[in-house]
Amino acid sequence: MSNMWSIIHKFGSPPWFYDFTQRWLRWLLPITVLLLLAGSVWGLLFAPPDFRQGNSYRIIFIHVPAAVVALAGYYALAFAGLVSLVWKIKMADTAMRAIAPIGAALTFIALATGSIWGKPTWGAWWVWDARITSMLLLLFLYLGVMALFEAYENRATAAKACAVLSLVGTVNIPIIYKSVDWWYSLHQPASIKFTGESAIDASMLYPLLLNIGAFYLLFAVVVMLNMRAELLSDYRTASWLQQRLGGQP
Amino acid sequence: MAFSSFNEALAMAGHGPYVWAAYLLTAAVLAVLVVTPMRRARLSREQIQAELRRLSATATTSPIEEGDHAPHT
Repeated sequence: MSNMWSIIHKFGSPPWFYDFTQRWLRWLLPITVLLLLAGSVWGLLFAPPDFRQGNSYRIIFIHVPAAVVALAGYYALAFAGLVSLVWKIKMADTAMRAIAPIGAALTFIALATGSIWGKPTWGAWWVWDARITSMLLLLFLYLGVMALFEAYENRATAAKACAVLSLVGTVNIPIIYKSVDWWYSLHQPASIKFTGESAIDASMLYPLLLNIGAFYLLFAVVVMLNMRAELLSDYRTASWLQQRLGGQP
Repeated sequence: MAFSSFNEALAMAGHGPYVWAAYLLTAAVLAVLVVTPMRRARLSREQIQAELRRLSATATTSPIEEGDHAPHT
């Protein structure tokens, strides 16, 4: 418990976070780009075609990672909202501001690539199926948090409203997960299962897992970059930041 | 390799336009996601540093010294 507190305390400190991310991004950013390239080239050119869908299924290697991380990102957003509400830590507000745009972008990618995949596979760009509709709701939740931050003059009030919205929105998450099982429709059920055998061959599973990992890393990298940009604007008059910038030419 | 030629990989037996469009769109969105905060941070850093330089310049030069370019002859 005391260990968790020290971690929360560290991440709540802007100077510590600024130095920590500066050190880590130097490695994480190039590694993420390399992994994304490797997973995508593998999926596009080296994985075998699907015996029923042919080559259109190759969209899975970006569609599923984007959707998985868009959902996981929402947990991160709601957790930051909870920390912001309960402990009033300002860095949690900064994290919410940083998570919302990448969450929205990943949800958009999942919807757009799904739509492009739907045309040759289902014969339609869009269907009002439960999975797709609940993902669209997720996009609006992310966009809603982004808009709410801009809607209030007072930063603390804005953060509170965003935290409440993000927590209420978590109701949507299990609906998205379960939608393909509850409402049987065009969207295929999950192929990767943690228990039991996955309904996907290893030659397709490995590049998929690689890109899921790469998208998780990308999420972490972009959240760090966004938070640094926020800190640089919020603390431009703070002595800790000016000290760090004074040393550089 | 699942394709025997570049053209075959581009066409993907008819699915090429869909697959490549999905990947290009994703690459474009991800590039914007990474570049935007980096540019924002760089602009902020430059602004802060310019302000610091301005402050240190006014602190070290007194009004009398300013504009005093008398030759040493």
